[in-house]
Amino acid sequence: MSLAVLLRVAWQALRRNATRSVLTMLGIIIGVGAVITSMAIGTGAQAAVLAQIESLGANLIVIVPGSITTGGVSLGSGTRTSLKLEDVTAIAREVPAVAGAAPYSQTNAQVVAGGANWYTSIGGTTPAWTTVRNWPVAEGRFFTEAEVRQSAKVAVLGSTVAQNLFPASESGAVGAMVIIKNVPFRVVGVLASKGQSGFGRDQDDVVVVPITTLQARLTGQTWVNSILVSAATPDAVPGVVDSTERLLRLRHHLTVRQPDDFSVRNIADVQQVRIATSQTQTLLLAGIAVVSLVVGGIGIMNIMLVSVTERTREIGLRMAVGARGRDILLQFLVEALTLASVGGLVGIAIGIATAQGASLVAHWPVIVSPLSVVLGFVSAALVGVVFGFYPARRAAALDPIVALRYE
Amino acid sequence: MQRPVLGNEWLIDVRDLTKVYGDGPTAVHALRGVSLRVRAGEFVAIMGPSGSGKSTFMHVLGCLDRPTSGSYRLAGEEVSRLSPDQLALARNTRIGFVFQSFNLLSRTTALENVELPMLYAGVPREERLRRARALLDQMGLGERADHRPSELSGGQQQRVAIARALANGAPLLMADEPTGNLDSTSSADILALFRWLNRERRITIVLVTHDVTIAAWSDRVVTFRDGLIIGDRPVEEAVPASVRAGVPSMAAARGVRA
Repeated sequence: MSLAVLLRVAWQALRRNATRSVLTMLGIIIGVGAVITSMAIGTGAQAAVLAQIESLGANLIVIVPGSITTGGVSLGSGTRTSLKLEDVTAIAREVPAVAGAAPYSQTNAQVVAGGANWYTSIGGTTPAWTTVRNWPVAEGRFFTEAEVRQSAKVAVLGSTVAQNLFPASESGAVGAMVIIKNVPFRVVGVLASKGQSGFGRDQDDVVVVPITTLQARLTGQTWVNSILVSAATPDAVPGVVDSTERLLRLRHHLTVRQPDDFSVRNIADVQQVRIATSQTQTLLLAGIAVVSLVVGGIGIMNIMLVSVTERTREIGLRMAVGARGRDILLQFLVEALTLASVGGLVGIAIGIATAQGASLVAHWPVIVSPLSVVLGFVSAALVGVVFGFYPARRAAALDPIVALRYE
Repeated sequence: MQRPVLGNEWLIDVRDLTKVYGDGPTAVHALRGVSLRVRAGEFVAIMGPSGSGKSTFMHVLGCLDRPTSGSYRLAGEEVSRLSPDQLALARNTRIGFVFQSFNLLSRTTALENVELPMLYAGVPREERLRRARALLDQMGLGERADHRPSELSGGQQQRVAIARALANGAPLLMADEPTGNLDSTSSADILALFRWLNRERRITIVLVTHDVTIAAWSDRVVTFRDGLIIGDRPVEEAVPASVRAGVPSMAAARGVRA
């Protein structure tokens, strides 16, 4: 029999029991849908994590002060005052393969502009920060080294702050004055929008000023809260971490027996952990998908066995008019394959719809890859062939005399 | 010695056929050594009570089953040792079956039912449709080609089954109680059709029945008992004249069909 005839016969047989066929397909539909959805969410999450690494700044290393321990009570990392501005210049000058190093100190304050005001995070840094964080200015300019040396009262606004303080302004924020803790600052630029960080915080809700101005006018600190260093290449990151640690121990006059009074964190490592986590979640979903496909396959096998029993006389008649065993085998195999393939196609459609729905409703990043669609369809077809084979072989092995007499 | 002319060739040539189911003391000897020769163009009725072996014999003749021993030559070819696939080919091309319960595929049109044997013979679609329509026309069912079995009367369903049996041009028609599910009018109609096929189309017919009024339509009656042939006589000797009187003449029978 030709393939066209086989497909037509299979389609007629499935349409005869339309409800039953659809119910049988459900397992495959759910399985393939889960494959598509889980892969879309997994791929999307990984792409998002990689994008976050990019948005934090490529090859970023963060140095924070160590913890103070008094009377056996540790106050947590970052409580020491060991990091100084001179450490930043030393790292930039002496550690090889460093693309940039910038201090970053932070405080929170109310920012006032005309009638509007906004409570936000005030960051103090140097111009190197734009390179290290890979964060360009959208309007105006960033402040200069000279302005850092002079402790100039200039500020660069994050886009969220700019929108909230100057919502209707035609000329924008650049050139306007803002007051932070009673100190007037001239806005020289607005940062490009970065969106949410990997932890859901709005990165654009920030005002950046020269570190010297922050220390002198706003916080009174003489130390820095953190130092951001970016390595020239991803491969250089471990070397930069080592060299920075040695340089800081030297500069802080630590003896061999003293522990570090700072700690170095490699952002890429943190992100690697997050990628691994999302991969684990993807694997879990894929596991559910495989289980569902197997259950769907068993459903197909079950219904095909029922179908073979119901159609025993038909099989006997087909054999009597000249069907060979392999004709019968093929007929039922094609039927199971059609069942699984149609289920697979519906599953692909539902999987894509679910993924898009998750992206719309929960704002999850999803990417439906062509590979996952192909994989979904192939696994459905495979399930059809594997689980359809046993019933088909039983049909083919029937004795025509017994089958013809079957009531 | 001269070879027999074509008309005298044995279409069916069975010698010392046995069929045993199971083995040891519980073995059932369904056929105990049967020999029978049928010429092309004969109309043979096989009679016997149930359990006489006539059904088993019919299955072997129809290439649905293989004998335990003995020889069966169908149109000169030994078929008793063929593989299952070769038997399927023999059933497809040389034998047409007509069953008591019609065995039409439900929810499939009359036309598609007649097409079925041609599907397995690999006949192209155009040719299949052409032949199936011609056969249904011959059976007087041209108008009903697109009807499903449930929309046809018993006699009409059996005529669709006969069209199906003839689809691949088989020279031999095997009919197993073909009128068992029909009323007397439809029975006469189908039997007249058999006789017409036999006389006009030279189709060899082997008809299995337990009913002597059915056997009366044939030319030769073979009687089975306990796995053996106990009688093989012309219909005039095997069936009483009073019973044969119920069978209409050829001309009258064609009138019935029309």
